[in-house]
Amino acid sequence: MIIAERKPFDEIKQMIQDYPKVLIVGCGTCVAVCLAGGEKEVGILAAELRMALELEGKKIEIGETTVERQCDREFLEAVASQVEQYDAVISMACGVGVQFLAEMYPEKPVYPAVNTTFLGANEDIGFYTERCSACSTCYLALTGGICPVTMCSKGLLNGPCGGPVNGMCEVDRTRPCAWCQIYERLKQQGRLDLLKGVVPAREFRHKPAQFIHPAYKKKFERPQ
Amino acid sequence: MAFVPKIEALICTYCTYTAADMAGAARMQYPATVRIVKYLCTGRIDILHILKAFEAGADAVMVSGCEVGDCHFLEGNLRAQERVEYTKHLLDEIGIGGERLEMFHIGASDAPQWAEAVRQMTERVQALGPNPLTVKRHSEVQVEEKS
Repeated sequence: MIIAERKPFDEIKQMIQDYPKVLIVGCGTCVAVCLAGGEKEVGILAAELRMALELEGKKIEIGETTVERQCDREFLEAVASQVEQYDAVISMACGVGVQFLAEMYPEKPVYPAVNTTFLGANEDIGFYTERCSACSTCYLALTGGICPVTMCSKGLLNGPCGGPVNGMCEVDRTRPCAWCQIYERLKQQGRLDLLKGVVPAREFRHKPAQFIHPAYKKKFERPQ
Repeated sequence: MAFVPKIEALICTYCTYTAADMAGAARMQYPATVRIVKYLCTGRIDILHILKAFEAGADAVMVSGCEVGDCHFLEGNLRAQERVEYTKHLLDEIGIGGERLEMFHIGASDAPQWAEAVRQMTERVQALGPNPLTVKRHSEVQVEEKS
């Protein structure tokens, strides 16, 4: 899932303090699980803003709402009547949700309340670790299910750099070397021969990606 | 008029509530500053419950659960402790002050400890003064009345 962390309170307060009416829109999916922007976090931020701004003598009306997913038009359409009544919107969704909300309601200024950080796993309540870089070329079949792009500090695709000491990364001594882990995993599975192949250089050029499911190609694909 | 603090006490029914009940039955004397909200477990107490109390004008909030290791639901009091620590930080950010919130661990048979906790919290709030929000609201009402 997408992991995000809430922005510092003062930063959020500064963004919206000149608007008389502000709506906070939460997202009930990834950011709710990582305790950054779900319904509960919307309530907390709203209470914080109400009190802090009242102490500063500012009269600002704060509205609260949470949709199932901000990266989905049908859920965002449901808040149209609410958005209309406010002067600005704070989105507590990941960067995708913030942009989608801003795109759907271009007449309203939309401010992000969280910093989107990575694609990660939910290790425990409040503890998340990065696992995927969304690089568009998955190597996990070759590396025993350990991603070298994400887990190797240097993102190497053809074995370790030569720097690891006792299985620990030379960039960060507290982290295990991803390539040592890959070696151990493949050895355990009897698949070390996979390491003999050479993986070509990765595509680093970036353009806003899009993906169309094969079943919907006819509907969405633009003629070249 | 002397400032009499309003303290909201969010407490667990199995331990602290029993201690508070016993303190009353034994006619132990302590300041009449607390309003008790009874929970099945302090693990149910949400950050929002605490923030809403301050928003409604409470001068302080005390959360009190079972002693560590004695929670009826194993870890509820530890979860509450984590939330209280985080909420203190939020209260500092807001400008109300994290010292207006405190967590206590009081066992079912510790009635004197409950009375002492209320005394301690009352003294602390008396030194801090009223909730800044209440002060602000009060001063605004006075300005309106004058004009």
